[in-house]
Amino acid sequence: MAVTLAQAINAALADAMEADDRVLMFGEDVGRLGGVFRVTDGLQARFGEQRCFDTPLAESGIVGTAIGLAMYGWRPIAEMQFDGFTYPAFEQIVSHLAKMPNRSRGTVKLPVTIRIPYGGGIGAVEHHSESPEAYWAHTAGLKVMTPGTPEDGYSMMRAAIADDDPVIFMEPKRRYWMKSEAELPVETEPPRQAVVRREGTDATLVCYGPMVRTALEAAEAADDEGWSLEVLDLRSLAPLDTAALIDSVERTGRVIVIHEAAMTLGLGAEVAARIQERAFYHLESPVLRVTGFDTPYPPAKLEEYWLPDVDRILDAVERSLRY
Amino acid sequence: MSEDVPEAIELLPPSEPVHLLDPDGTYHEDPDHPLDLDDGQLRELYRLMVVTRKVDREAINLQRQGQLGVYASCMGQEAAQVGSAYALTAADWIFPSYRELGAALVREVDAVGLLQLYRGTWLSDHDPYVHNFGLMSIPIGTQALHATGFAMGARFEDNPLVTMVYFGDGGTSEGDPHEAMTFAGVFKAPVIFFVQNNQYAISVPLKRQTAAPTLAHKAVGYGLPGYRCDGNDVLATYAVTRKAVERARSGEGPAFIEALTYRMEAHTTSDDPTRYRSKEELEEAAKTDPIARMRNYLTQRDLYDDTFENEVDEQAKDTATTVRAGIYDAPHGDPMELFEHVYRDPSGYFEEQRERLRAELAGGEG
Repeated sequence: MAVTLAQAINAALADAMEADDRVLMFGEDVGRLGGVFRVTDGLQARFGEQRCFDTPLAESGIVGTAIGLAMYGWRPIAEMQFDGFTYPAFEQIVSHLAKMPNRSRGTVKLPVTIRIPYGGGIGAVEHHSESPEAYWAHTAGLKVMTPGTPEDGYSMMRAAIADDDPVIFMEPKRRYWMKSEAELPVETEPPRQAVVRREGTDATLVCYGPMVRTALEAAEAADDEGWSLEVLDLRSLAPLDTAALIDSVERTGRVIVIHEAAMTLGLGAEVAARIQERAFYHLESPVLRVTGFDTPYPPAKLEEYWLPDVDRILDAVERSLRY
Repeated sequence: MSEDVPEAIELLPPSEPVHLLDPDGTYHEDPDHPLDLDDGQLRELYRLMVVTRKVDREAINLQRQGQLGVYASCMGQEAAQVGSAYALTAADWIFPSYRELGAALVREVDAVGLLQLYRGTWLSDHDPYVHNFGLMSIPIGTQALHATGFAMGARFEDNPLVTMVYFGDGGTSEGDPHEAMTFAGVFKAPVIFFVQNNQYAISVPLKRQTAAPTLAHKAVGYGLPGYRCDGNDVLATYAVTRKAVERARSGEGPAFIEALTYRMEAHTTSDDPTRYRSKEELEEAAKTDPIARMRNYLTQRDLYDDTFENEVDEQAKDTATTVRAGIYDAPHGDPMELFEHVYRDPSGYFEEQRERLRAELAGGEG
């Protein structure tokens, strides 16, 4: 039966709550409404108002109380309704969620999962299409994961909830309705492993989250040009699977990193740095980046000009091959 | 409004803070705040305040001698801290800011461990689960949310514990305590928001923090009762806190307490208070000293004599000596510990950085 990414994450939440009665799910509109994207649909009806509940509209409050609940012994899953609304919680995430276990010499465990629908492509108003993953990946103490397929949506969410370290779980919202013939429950590769979604020999497209499908479409189109492209889905942004990156570079010698987030100091910069550190002599051409521009996320009618797409990726592939 | 929403008038703070002891030790009975302390407990409150002041002074000295990088003194706030912390049971949790030496000593948290933060050896050195005393929290007011979440968590499984969070007058301007009060009110979390209004946020006086009639009025907007007490009166502080704690424990929800006190020392040892407050103001504040007041009261009750005085002085001295010995020339932190508690299952890239430091250290030895 076909399952969407949103349904797969929903199933993972339900199964985790069923398996462990210390797991709590809370945030804005996640209870009765089931979340603005329906990712928490049915959880309150099934597990009651104490296990899945609506909070006041205050993101710092959501993350800060999640920390207190975790200190007490619960396993909180907190939803930030949209990427652009995580910023009120920035201090709690960066100054406490990430640092308290270290501050406490490991005596305080914070098994908190923060769910953040992120990225553009849905024609939303301002603040609803951002890609803030680099902030979290830059912060020691956090793990950052993002699924690119429904199977990973299920399996990585289960892994995030089971993790005793805090995890920022970035959900590519424009792929919520992406379908797969997945049988749930499903267990995919461990989250910190990057996965080759398509093998190729001429160049590697490094991508994650919403750009996995775009990269696969580009690789498909490149076939017509006679180019064989490998697609590497990072899945975990912190830590990064450096070995998988090097492996792929050793096969193809050319890399294009793709993400929606703006270029400067995005994940692409880190990927490029690690590749030149460890695989310099395997490179046939410079690592290129296809990303959002260094501008604020554009209004809906202009987002098609901003978001990386197949043409822009193929253009970069061509530049890489002709270098 | 629905019937379980209180009338605003029930939440409003009293026009005068609760006050049981005059500076000369005269006790005023208050039927709303009866004292349930026996002679031993009254002496215990005094003893804890004296020890706090002595250790606090020792910490300032240690900073002057270069043994601590910085220290935030609680001098003048001993009654506010000891009185409030003493009103809790051992199962209740305390979420401190960084100035709660007095509350920590009530909980028998090792002061040497506490001061490691200020020495720079590590960021903390006590297990919060041993004393139910959270880690010192430096970003202002942020710990109010942790106390609230913890209290929600306890309530979810009918655990009767109460949490208490300390912050200051400056902290009431930050957002997190307000989000915390919102959550606490909505979820009826058994948490006490205990504000030590010591009149200053570093150099900025209270009148620059708020235009509210009192800090306790802020609670009303969140459905919490706002209480006020004379924070230099250990009995008033104890009695007001006790009442709020029992109320919370019985399921009636959170409360806010404003304890009026005065920070006798600098904000921290890095601060120069002569730039923003006068000698006269300090002399005036010294007249309301919490320790002298309690001593006067105990004397009037015939609970203070030479034997007790010597006993308390000895204990204060001993504790200070232990702290000095524990801190003085204690080894610096272990650089390899930097990597120890960041992730439970570190990545290879992280491990490489750890190994790089290990190799550097080994090279340095050779």
